[in-house]
Amino acid sequence: MTTVTTAHKNAVGTAHTRVEGRDKVTGAARYAGEVPFADLAHGWLVLSTVARGRIREIDTAPVLGLPGVLAVLDHRNAPRVETDYAGLMGSKPDPTCAVFQHDRVPHLGWPVALVVAETSEQAREAAEALVVHYEQEPHDVDFTGEHPDAYALDGHMPAVAEKGDLDAELAASAVVLDAEYTTPEEHHNPMEPHAATARWEDGRLEVVDSNQGATWVVGELASLFSLDPASVRVRSEHVGGGFGSKGVRAHQVAAVMAATVLQRPVRVVLTRRQMFSLAGYRSPTVQRVRLGADAEGRLRALEHRSVSLTSTVHEFVEPSAGVARVMYDADAHHTANRVVRLDVPTPTWMRAPGEAPGSFALEAALDELAEKCGIDPIELRLRNEPDKGPVSGLPFAGRDLPACFREGARRFGWADRDPRPGLRRDGRWLLGTGTAAASFHAGAMPSTATVTAHPDGTFTVRIAAADIGTGARTALTLIAADALRVPPERVRVRIGDSDFGPAMIAGGSMGTRSWAWAVTAAADELRDRLALGTGVPAEGITVRSDTTAAIGALAPAERHSFGAQFAEVAVDVTTGEVRVRRMLGIFAAGRIVNPLTARGQFEGGMVWGISMALHEEAIRDRATGGHVGADLAGYHVATHADVPDIEADWIEDADPRDPVGIKGIGEIGIVGAAAAIANAVWHATGVRHRSLPIRPDRVILAGGPSA
Amino acid sequence: MALSTSSVITLKINGEKYTLPVDHRTTLLDALRERLDLTGTKKGCDQGQCGACTVLLDGRRTVACLQLAVAAEGREITTVEGVADGEQLHPVQQAFLDLDGYQCGYCTPGQICSAIGVIQEHAAGWPSAVTDDIRPEAGPPPLTADEIRERMSGNLCRCGAYVSIVEAVARAAEAGTDTSTAAAARISPEAAAEEAVA
Amino acid sequence: MREFGYQRASDVAGAVALLGADPDTRFLGGGTNLVDLMKTGVERPARLIDIRELPLDEIESTPEGGLRIGATVTNGDLAAHPEVRRRYPALAQAVLAGASGQLRNMATVGGNLLQRTRCGYFTDVTKPCNKRVPGSGCPAVEGEHHNSAILGASGHCVAVHPSDMAVALIAFDAVVSYETADGPGELPLREFYLPVADTPHRETALPPGALITGVTLPPTPTATHSRYRKVRERASYAFAIGSVAAALDVRDGVVRDVRLALGAVASRPWRAVAAERVLTGAPADAETYAAAAEAELAAALPLPHNGYKVTLIRNLVVAVLTELAEEAAR
Repeated sequence: MTTVTTAHKNAVGTAHTRVEGRDKVTGAARYAGEVPFADLAHGWLVLSTVARGRIREIDTAPVLGLPGVLAVLDHRNAPRVETDYAGLMGSKPDPTCAVFQHDRVPHLGWPVALVVAETSEQAREAAEALVVHYEQEPHDVDFTGEHPDAYALDGHMPAVAEKGDLDAELAASAVVLDAEYTTPEEHHNPMEPHAATARWEDGRLEVVDSNQGATWVVGELASLFSLDPASVRVRSEHVGGGFGSKGVRAHQVAAVMAATVLQRPVRVVLTRRQMFSLAGYRSPTVQRVRLGADAEGRLRALEHRSVSLTSTVHEFVEPSAGVARVMYDADAHHTANRVVRLDVPTPTWMRAPGEAPGSFALEAALDELAEKCGIDPIELRLRNEPDKGPVSGLPFAGRDLPACFREGARRFGWADRDPRPGLRRDGRWLLGTGTAAASFHAGAMPSTATVTAHPDGTFTVRIAAADIGTGARTALTLIAADALRVPPERVRVRIGDSDFGPAMIAGGSMGTRSWAWAVTAAADELRDRLALGTGVPAEGITVRSDTTAAIGALAPAERHSFGAQFAEVAVDVTTGEVRVRRMLGIFAAGRIVNPLTARGQFEGGMVWGISMALHEEAIRDRATGGHVGADLAGYHVATHADVPDIEADWIEDADPRDPVGIKGIGEIGIVGAAAAIANAVWHATGVRHRSLPIRPDRVILAGGPSA
Repeated sequence: MALSTSSVITLKINGEKYTLPVDHRTTLLDALRERLDLTGTKKGCDQGQCGACTVLLDGRRTVACLQLAVAAEGREITTVEGVADGEQLHPVQQAFLDLDGYQCGYCTPGQICSAIGVIQEHAAGWPSAVTDDIRPEAGPPPLTADEIRERMSGNLCRCGAYVSIVEAVARAAEAGTDTSTAAAARISPEAAAEEAVA
Repeated sequence: MREFGYQRASDVAGAVALLGADPDTRFLGGGTNLVDLMKTGVERPARLIDIRELPLDEIESTPEGGLRIGATVTNGDLAAHPEVRRRYPALAQAVLAGASGQLRNMATVGGNLLQRTRCGYFTDVTKPCNKRVPGSGCPAVEGEHHNSAILGASGHCVAVHPSDMAVALIAFDAVVSYETADGPGELPLREFYLPVADTPHRETALPPGALITGVTLPPTPTATHSRYRKVRERASYAFAIGSVAAALDVRDGVVRDVRLALGAVASRPWRAVAAERVLTGAPADAETYAAAAEAELAAALPLPHNGYKVTLIRNLVVAVLTELAEEAAR
């Protein structure tokens, strides 16, 4: 029979509901903690209650006598793990995941033991009953921009980039802005808590997990436990959100240890409260921005310096100053990311790491400069559009930010805006509008995929991709269908299994771009083979692809998506309440695979912008070194009532030189969104809020035009 | 005399009876997920702060994480697995599917059960915190986007799919207008009677 | 969570008898606060007595023209009830401003009155807290307190009471009924909550072993013209950082009668007696409202990071009274 249809309508670019949608709305979709295992035991982590010191004693005996308790693992009896290796992300693992290896406590909430019991109720009670004695040492959790120990740290970009004479250009500038911006500690808080079940089966370690990349986690677990990677399998079919937090964490490692010791399946699920110290987070930042411009608003000097924090056991930098290296050029252009090490958990990637806090500072500073120059904020940005990478000097592989602003301004009604602040009222509310620019890197990482043709004319795609809510499973179905020139109904896409071979994680807005590349390559080759017309045997015809060489051959360029964010806010300065009334985002983000799910990705990012601008903040208590209110009642994320009609749309952004044309859209939606809101709050009230979140107390104390 | 810390209970879930021994500490949420393999109901926070575990208890939306299983004996429990009519999705489920009212899907069962409750409560004439005039004489408020947002605010969606969720609830509410009166009378005879005379 | 026994009570006397004088036993109503506190280890009862099936779920008019609300009436039913919305709209608004639809369908009136503070130190058993462990200290005074009390607090505790409902109830002179082994009793809500002093762990004047059976609202014609406004750090599903329940009767430009209570400012719902005194008989204008608010707030003792509440409450009082007066004039 024929397996290749010639009359084919493109699936990519038209709206498709999710292929797993029915499972998600009926409750049939199983997440990591929901896959049944016979003889399952439950592990519960015990976390340190001091911020620095060492474990003196753990009173294990009484707990072992409690009903149902099977084991207590701690640094004295837990299996040893290896941490001297570089994982998929190119660095050594955060020792936080190498649990129970020594008696040191480097932060509050450090895992000190795992209690395993027959039921989760028994495990929880036993974990709470476990008495741990500490030798406490003085801790330092006090983050300030002036910390004397701050040092420059490379992350996924060089720490420092400098060109030109900053002081000279500032001195020669007609208009100078010098302002400090701060953002707080923010937590991913995916709705599904981290969960893993580990078991040994026929000499293989199997872990059912909630993660952003089976390849990533399988590699880390194999390295940590010194296992042949082929003898470890990680499955992660449905993932309830990740946002950067779902890599290898303490719970998977603890589950593997317990399953090894007990030789039965063990599940470890983090509680919401435990996630605040074990799942990573976005570091707070203190950022200083200095801008110098000529009378027409053209930048002569740009300085962006950011300080973030990391733990004493692992280096991680929130590279907030990096965004200026893409967005704006100046004769003197200085950017630097520094960190200070404190007695806190290690922060990690969180949706648009660097860009999210960095764009708040830089895009708010641009707005302040526009005010000082008496130039419309959009016009100011257009006057500073660079024609090549400001730091790299490389050409842009597409940069249509002006078109985003033009289209956004038209739809938002920007032309009618009176730039003066504090003038518009609707009852008790002061109204204002604001805008900001957005950009996010469009990268790709090597991946492998297989595509199998079956005799019945259907196809199966296998790739260790993760769908953490992005719609990747559906997007890859459409992509494979187009490459094979068949309707999407004839394509099954299977993801979330490390046995499918190495693939990129769902992260850095690189997942769909990287996976689509591999799927297309395999599908193209398969189509060529089927075109020979030799027929499909019962076992099917399978083609495997590996994009390592193709990605390596990509010409160097500045590859990014861009966007223009618009917000209208209402502020009651007498009560401090701020409400976002509408938002619009227009993006140039490459080829949009599935408009239905893509809109949700952009809008979701913008909702994060609202949440970041107005709500999110984890509060650390100086005395204990731990959080106060580490739960979803104390840590506010935006809920339904905070989110107005949001409109997200995109413009044509094709790059004929790019083999896939997809740029990735998971992160760009948050970039600039908080700045647009903060700029709108200024336009409403005449007051600049340079510290996030813009809480009621801050608004009340800052006052407004009528206060 | 020391009281037993466990009981054998019978739960009525989605029209079926399940008899099981439970530790009194077991919440309805854990009984569903860990004992009865009804994992559609999700655990997002386990503290009543996210709404992911929303189920219908005697027809009303509640959070299963703060409901002890032993205390749910004798009550009608409806989970996301029980809202469809066989293969025919509930209008709320269908609207979520068609309008992409989710992303990762983990809050979705709770959003759907909550939306079913919202539509019934609204049909029964219940006001909300954003209802301008809550006096019964004012009649039921129209189910505007703002009303839906306020009423659905006990269901967090970290992916930020709120815009599509609100559209889905609005569409399902419109589709279900014909059938909602009976449901309204079931959850609030008093309010329904009030409507009848108003 | 520790293991516990469970018993279901079917009548009030039986419930009280089951409780006896056992300090390790708790009544279980909706469970929205108690079960949460059991999970966090703040409460570790050995026995629960489930009172949800007690015949206390009615809302009835009293012969005097007030309302009697049973202790197990859910917050959802309370806010939806036509007579509550008609005669005490601020009460319905206050309840609707609290928690979420799901939680309101579970939470009961009696439990709402007894809910514990959401202070982040109280709910975390790894931290000191005088309310939870008397004598262990109050880290909020030097630590995180931007939502702590400005009125009636002491150096021993600066936590605020989280209820919205109770703010409206105290404005309308609610009386709490209870049952003990020795018979029934009553407490005006204004005397129900104890001052903080140096005993923040002692929260109410309920006798040991008492079961709340209901709340009675006296007839209050002024309450038909009332309103509840709540400010919080997200638009919904968050505890208050300041709230006002007010009822106002203005005739010929003069305040004839007023009820005013404040939320999220103290360890208890705060009846603004000093403000009411200034308002009664005074011209109904913004100047009076501000003077009234300031009279009430003269006793405020803000901490370094919650001083904004003084401004917030003053502004809220003026705004709510102004709105009520304007509505009445229409």
